[in-house]
Amino acid sequence: MLIKGNIALSENGFVFNPSTGDSFTLNNIGKEVLMLIKEGKNISQITDLLLGKYDVDKISLERYLSDFVNDLSVNNLLEE
Amino acid sequence: MNPQKVTVAVTGLNNIDSPGPGIPVIRGIRESKDFDVRIIGLAYEHLEPGIYMSDLVDKTYMIPYPAEGKDALFNRLLEIHHKEKLDVIIPNFDAELFSFIKLEKRLEGIGIKTYLPTMEQFDERNKSNLPAYGKKYGVNVPSGTEVFSVSDLNNTLKSMNYPVMIKGKYYDAYAAHSVEQAAIYFSKMTAKWGLPVIVQEYIRGTEVNVIALGDGKGNLIAAVPMRKQYITDKGKAWGGITIEDHTLLDLAKKIISQTKWKGGMELELIRSDDNKLYLLEINPRIPAWVYLAVGAGQNIPEALLKLTLGLEVKPFTRYDVGKMFVRYSYDMIVDLELFSRLTTSGEL
Repeated sequence: MLIKGNIALSENGFVFNPSTGDSFTLNNIGKEVLMLIKEGKNISQITDLLLGKYDVDKISLERYLSDFVNDLSVNNLLEE
Repeated sequence: MNPQKVTVAVTGLNNIDSPGPGIPVIRGIRESKDFDVRIIGLAYEHLEPGIYMSDLVDKTYMIPYPAEGKDALFNRLLEIHHKEKLDVIIPNFDAELFSFIKLEKRLEGIGIKTYLPTMEQFDERNKSNLPAYGKKYGVNVPSGTEVFSVSDLNNTLKSMNYPVMIKGKYYDAYAAHSVEQAAIYFSKMTAKWGLPVIVQEYIRGTEVNVIALGDGKGNLIAAVPMRKQYITDKGKAWGGITIEDHTLLDLAKKIISQTKWKGGMELELIRSDDNKLYLLEINPRIPAWVYLAVGAGQNIPEALLKLTLGLEVKPFTRYDVGKMFVRYSYDMIVDLELFSRLTTSGEL
């Protein structure tokens, strides 16, 4: 899973897709996940990292991550 | 080097909710370091806001409507030229371009330069000729038909799916969701712009536009793509953002080089939900959002002025992606005396 190379992510969680002009605002967790994806981590590595950091059960976290990745895909932010 | 003194007449001072390009064109030219410019506004209506923007427009003259014919326009321009010694005219309305293209040689004969497409180029990209244009240059175009009467309209609608776009000859477009709605828009367009009215397939997707400048020899001098972010009920962009889209730039390059387009143009396109690019319209002049291109690093009005004066212009190679424009309205306070001077003497 790769984020498109030209997608800009700012410190405050603002995401800009220069190909379409679309912009999005992420909360802190969303920003953290997107940065981990940008660093090249896969979903299972991200799951492990977040489980160690936040008070959340694995099933819920996997569901949230799956929804989030689906949102990224629907909004053309992932490489096909 | 001292800036070159030049007197430029500009139309399209109607900086209203569906704005003409005159004021942003003037802003671009005024920002040029190469010109010391005197701007002469040419107006059709007494309340075109640009007339009263004295920091941008030095003097304004009323000119006759295109319906009065090109001779009436030429005679009025001659009067203005005697007073102002115009070097260049930049017309900014689709509806007046026919007259200005026809007058190109006569204007040149009295020392006024223009930089306009040929009549063939102008006609070829006409809304009603767009399907043939798409076929000739290999560009997707929504299917469309010219209609001349209500019965024509009804017959055409029988073979189309709703919504359909109902478009005026020069301006305006509405999405109609039923035969009744289509008939209402047909009457509206006929009353405002005359016949024919164009009925076009509706494409769902994202609206994107490209401003481009061609040198008449097939070279693309400038091009900036923009996505509309906020659209008024008249379909005009009230906010937009420059985007990075090579397919749009390639398309602009292809159209400019194949048609050898001379002057400014705007490509109105839609990227469909299945990622196909459709050409909706080609506007044969600079669009009202041109100042976004200036802000993004391509001063297209300045480049157009240089081309008009026969100066060398190197093609722009870059622009800033992610630059936005946000339009606003602003109330000017105008003394009645100015308005009365304009209405009685035709100049201000």
